[in-house]
Amino acid sequence: MSWAFLRDLLSGVNEHSTGIGRIWLAAVLVFRLLLYVAVAENIWKHERDEFECNTKQPGCENVCFDHLFPVSHVRLWALQLITVSTPSLLVVFYVAYREKKERRHGQKMHGTPGEIDGGLLCTYLLSLLLKTAFEITFLVLFYKLYDGFQVPGLVKCDARPCPNAVDCYVSKPTEKTIFLYFLVATSCLCVALNLGELSYLLCKYSVRCYLKRYHRKHQ
Amino acid sequence: MDWGALHTILGGVNKHSTSIGKIWLTVLFIFRIMILVVAAERVWGDEQDDFVCNTLQPGCKNVCYDHFFPISHIRLWALQLIFVSTPALLVAMHVAYRRHEKKRQFRKGDQKCEYKDIEEIRRQRFRIEGSLWWTYTSSIFFRLVFEAVFMYAFYFMYDGFRMPRLMKCSAWPCPNTVDCFVSRPTEKTVFTIFMIAVSSICILLNVAELCYLLTKFFLRRSKKAANGKQHPNHENKEETKQNEMNELISDSCQNTVIGFTT
Repeated sequence: MSWAFLRDLLSGVNEHSTGIGRIWLAAVLVFRLLLYVAVAENIWKHERDEFECNTKQPGCENVCFDHLFPVSHVRLWALQLITVSTPSLLVVFYVAYREKKERRHGQKMHGTPGEIDGGLLCTYLLSLLLKTAFEITFLVLFYKLYDGFQVPGLVKCDARPCPNAVDCYVSKPTEKTIFLYFLVATSCLCVALNLGELSYLLCKYSVRCYLKRYHRKHQ
Repeated sequence: MDWGALHTILGGVNKHSTSIGKIWLTVLFIFRIMILVVAAERVWGDEQDDFVCNTLQPGCKNVCYDHFFPISHIRLWALQLIFVSTPALLVAMHVAYRRHEKKRQFRKGDQKCEYKDIEEIRRQRFRIEGSLWWTYTSSIFFRLVFEAVFMYAFYFMYDGFRMPRLMKCSAWPCPNTVDCFVSRPTEKTVFTIFMIAVSSICILLNVAELCYLLTKFFLRRSKKAANGKQHPNHENKEETKQNEMNELISDSCQNTVIGFTT
């Protein structure tokens, strides 16, 4: 089990997505997943080994690291990627359920493949809402947990057993800050794409619904 | 998800690229991404562990490392490669959109649709003309811009392309000006120069491709203007013959492109 599994899963949703949905998928795969695997994992790889406190007190470094980084940035990032990709599974499940129903009844009950209609539209809209909600939740969580998106180079820690307020130094704070801002920017881009797609689908299908009713009235 | 997956995504664009575009893609994957993954990451792997400062002051090494390497060379290269590959996705999306439209026409049973089945639409290679020409040319332009921006950022951030052996650091909490030693400076310099050289080659290839596309565009326009005065049937036969030759040339080029999997 690796990120390739998530990538294949997301690619399966591609077929039933709109154009904006496909751009969202490309943004997630290239700017987030690839960046995470190729870059972020390496930056945060030795974060514990390279974290240093100005004290010889045994246990102080451990306690301070745990106090400052309850959940590592890179693990939160991974959780965010997984959580944000999961609503797309709703669409996959719905399509599989629909195909199973069609096979059981031996006939095509729904519209042409590639068209989003009826139940699939509701499932798709729900998945968009959930994706957006999860993105915003994680951004807020990042902000609240680490007091912003900046990684400080020096942090003062006075948790027991540290004898007093000791200076603790984080490794590669500038590089980590740059990539955290990158993460925020790509998250915001994905939120914008999701909201854009939501508005597009709502407008398109409201107009279609309205025109159908209008034609029916005048027939 | 890794660089191999990017290769799969971009490989689809290969079919619709010009010959120069195919060479660019090969250079990108073999001389840049593969070198980054197989060699450069090993060279820079121990960069902070083996970055040593002549002091026992805790925190001095961390602060000095962060001061001299705000963003590591390999991370900058990885970002550069991601940004430089992204414009090709525009072309991939445009082609996918065109295929989607043709499939829709085919399903509607449109008389204008000349395909026999869906498979033929999937396999079809689109020529670079019309709106696809604009998308393709814009993607090359953005590629050039990203390459230039990253090369400048590299030069600006590291004051050239040489990795010094010794750096003097006086950032707090270092007690005074301490000597800090970088690990493997010569090897890093060699790889930096190599990556810069290959970036330059890619820039030249992109410029050549841009010139080729612009020249082709203007020649086609002047030909159309000139042929507009001649007999329309004669113009179609000449163009069809030229198009068939172009297809043959580009198909033979496609078969010689080297692919790789990671």
